[in-house]
Amino acid sequence: MYFDTLTALWYMDGHGIYVWVAYALTAALLIAMVRLPISRFRRHWGWVEAERRRTSVSSPAETEEKGG
Amino acid sequence: MWTIIHKMGSPPWFFRFSGALVRWLLPLTIALLCVGAFWGLLIAPPDFRQGNSYRIIYIHVPAAVVALAGYYVMAFAGAVSLIWRIKMADVTMRAAAPVGAALTAIALFTGAIWGKPTWGAWWVWDARITSMLLLFFLYLGVVALFEAYENKTAAARACAVLSLIGTVNIPIIYKSVDWWYSLHQPASIKFMGESAIDSSMLYPLLLMIAAFYCLFVVAVLLNMRAEVLWRHRESGWIQQLVERA
Repeated sequence: MYFDTLTALWYMDGHGIYVWVAYALTAALLIAMVRLPISRFRRHWGWVEAERRRTSVSSPAETEEKGG
Repeated sequence: MWTIIHKMGSPPWFFRFSGALVRWLLPLTIALLCVGAFWGLLIAPPDFRQGNSYRIIYIHVPAAVVALAGYYVMAFAGAVSLIWRIKMADVTMRAAAPVGAALTAIALFTGAIWGKPTWGAWWVWDARITSMLLLFFLYLGVVALFEAYENKTAAARACAVLSLIGTVNIPIIYKSVDWWYSLHQPASIKFMGESAIDSSMLYPLLLMIAAFYCLFVVAVLLNMRAEVLWRHRESGWIQQLVERA
C-alpha cells in the first residue's frame, strides 16, 4: 500500500481533487451504461406482460359478445 | 468464432446466448474493475514527474482504447448491415453507438481533468484531443441518425455509411501524436518492443483495460437485448419467454 493514512490517500499530495473527481464521474457513467439498458429491458418486458394480460382478459369477453 | 457470428443472426439464439454470457461476464467485470482501481489508486507508486495525478491513467487510457476499438465494432456491424442486410447487425450498430459515446466522453473529461495539473490547461486544441472530440461527435451522429429516421431500414443504412466514413478518423487518432507536434504524450504501451511504463504501473493498467473491454461487451449486449425484445415483442418466441417467466 503506497499511502500510510486515509488523509494521505484523500489528499494525494494536492492531486486528490483531480483524481477523485475523475474516478467519481467515470463510476457514474459506467453505472449508467449498465443500468439504463437494464431498465429499458424491464420496461419493454413489462409492456409485453401487460399486453398479454390485456389480450387474455379481453379475449373471453369478445367471444361472449360474439356468441350472445 | 464464425459459428457464433453466424448464429448471432438468429434473435432467439442471441437472446439465450447473451443472457447466459451477461450473467457471468457482469460479475467478472465488476471484480476486474474493483481490483484494477484498488491496485492503481492504492498500491501503484506515484509517477516521478506527474506525482499522483497520473493515477487518472487507469481510467483514461482504458476508456480511450475501448472507445476506439468500439468504433471498429460499430463500423464492422455497419458493413455487415450494408452488404448482407442482416437485422442483427443493425441492432449491434445501434447498441454500440451510445456505449462508445459514453466511453469517449470518459476519455475526454478524464483527459481534461488530468491536463489541468499536468499541462496547466483543461483543454488544448491538440491533434489527439480534437480527433477524439470528432470521434465523440461521430458516435453521437450515429445515435441521432437512428432516432431521426421513421424508417428503421433507411436509418440503419445511413448510420452504416456514417460509421464507415468515420473509420478514417481512427488511424488519425492513433498516429496523431507521431504525425503532429503534440502536448499529448505518445503511447506508453507498445505491442512491439518494450513499453515505456514500469511493470508496477503497467499491470493494473492492463487489468483495467481488460475490465473496460468486458464492460463494453456487457453494455452492448444489454442494449442489444433491450432492442431485440422490443423489435420482436409480437413474436411467438418472446410471448413464450414471457409466459414461462
